[in-house]
Amino acid sequence: MATFKGRPVVPGNVTAEALVTHAGFNTLASFQKALMFGDKAATCSDQNNPELHGKGLFGKALCLPQTIGSTTGGMVLFCACEMGRQPACLLFSKPIDSLAAAGAILAGVWSENAMPTVDSLGDEFLEAVKTGSTVTVSEDGTVTVE
Amino acid sequence: MAMQLTPEQQAMLDGAQGEVMAKVVKTLVMYGETFGATRMVPVTGDKGHLVTSFGLSMLDPVYKLMDQLIEADVLSKQKFSMDPRPLDPAVPANLLQKLVFKFMYSKQEQYEAQLEKMGLLNKDAFTCTCYMDEVGNKPAEGEVLSWAESSAVVYANSVLGARCNRNSGIIEMFGSIAGFVPEFGLVTDEGRKATWVVEINTTKKPEAQVLGSAIGLKVMEDVPYIRGLDKWLGTELTGDVCAYLKDMGAATASNGAVGLYHVANLTPEARKQGESLLAENVKTYVIDDAELERVQASYPVIWKDPDATPKLCFIGCPHLSLAQLHQWTADLSAALAAEGRSKVAIPTVMTAAPAVAKAFRATPEFKKLEATGVVLSSICPLMYMNNPLCGKMPVITCSNKLRTYTSARYYKEDEILRYISKGGL
Repeated sequence: MATFKGRPVVPGNVTAEALVTHAGFNTLASFQKALMFGDKAATCSDQNNPELHGKGLFGKALCLPQTIGSTTGGMVLFCACEMGRQPACLLFSKPIDSLAAAGAILAGVWSENAMPTVDSLGDEFLEAVKTGSTVTVSEDGTVTVE
Repeated sequence: MAMQLTPEQQAMLDGAQGEVMAKVVKTLVMYGETFGATRMVPVTGDKGHLVTSFGLSMLDPVYKLMDQLIEADVLSKQKFSMDPRPLDPAVPANLLQKLVFKFMYSKQEQYEAQLEKMGLLNKDAFTCTCYMDEVGNKPAEGEVLSWAESSAVVYANSVLGARCNRNSGIIEMFGSIAGFVPEFGLVTDEGRKATWVVEINTTKKPEAQVLGSAIGLKVMEDVPYIRGLDKWLGTELTGDVCAYLKDMGAATASNGAVGLYHVANLTPEARKQGESLLAENVKTYVIDDAELERVQASYPVIWKDPDATPKLCFIGCPHLSLAQLHQWTADLSAALAAEGRSKVAIPTVMTAAPAVAKAFRATPEFKKLEATGVVLSSICPLMYMNNPLCGKMPVITCSNKLRTYTSARYYKEDEILRYISKGGL
């Protein structure tokens, strides 16, 4: 078991299975097909991200460095939450980017389905966590990986 | 340190203007505090610019949110322009593709009605290049904006010297509603300092879209200070130079996440402040001919059949300027004449803001362009390509942004000119 301390951007407690990307997460490209065609598993449709492509995003502890891509990104994350297709939490190794922050905060303020979000967990977090690991997030930004 | 609000802002947060406005301000406060902002600053730009121009069925929650805002009379304090519309019947599409478009963008009419209530500038204000003179949303140097659309934000910051963060959709509308934005990042003097020096050591004028791509891929969200580009562009922001910077900037923003760049002796802040814009311990990136070739060669080809014959070509993402439309028309006419052809060999769409297209249609050159078979449209090529059936088509483009977000294949402008005037690849 390894423990990491980050900054809670949207605080919350959750335990979920990890889904890890070491490349930037393209929010629009990843969620587009799932939201458009009502895929409840929110299967990642970003063909430029081999670590995630074809894998379900819903209910997973999404572990990532930061998000990339269109400035619609925050809005797409908000929509994913409102439509019940969101990851269980977002765990960033780096300081969160403005688009992801917008999405997490919009969901936190405007949606019933908030998405706990922690950033600045460090590069060692992304080295330690593997897809399939069990991740527990605490309100204070502590993340344990088993 | 937590956000220090003025009494008026605090009252808004506490619900003096209703629960919905309180949630708008709460969102902005949380957003600002995430990035260390300690105060809000007024939006001083005359107009906003919103990124979400499409009535995509998947964005139902956005339309519900818009309804909440409109019902509570929580509207934008400023008029705003929008990104381009996703549909144009003039752009080639087969029956099945048209059916999918109808399904995908089934909320377009309803959404545009919401936008009009929220504060849409006018029915033609749909373009990613709102800062064109013909469109009329061109901020002045130093003005604080609440915009989204990465290519417009990077242009406003870099070429016009305005101040705007890379905001997400919805957040930019909230800033226009509240009339203030959190002070952090590119809104501050410190956040506008360059942490990279990019040295241009090429033997010819770099292709704008490849140069921007190289810079974006290297510096990601940082601010670059570009030396040596004035050798190729000069030191005046002419129409041609602004068009070059528009295309280069869009590529920096889409291939990376650049929100501001400085060009030595050319862009407004670089001209005034010179290398005092450099932060401490800047990193250096040298770009020569080989580096540009390496970057372009790294682009993946994601066509199912890499040898397929292109079925469509898009030119103008971001939308073309009036001068670019004239230049393309002249170049294409000459290239077709040299090939002994009168029509383009590949169906081609050139895109420009509705107001720019209108100005161009009023010139004799429009007839020349029309005679080549090129479609002049104000569509968003990205939204077109998001149709899964269109995404499967072999489409070529000289837009690095379109390449980044879709399956479209990138070629330099002279290559595109050759292909559409001659055919094949």
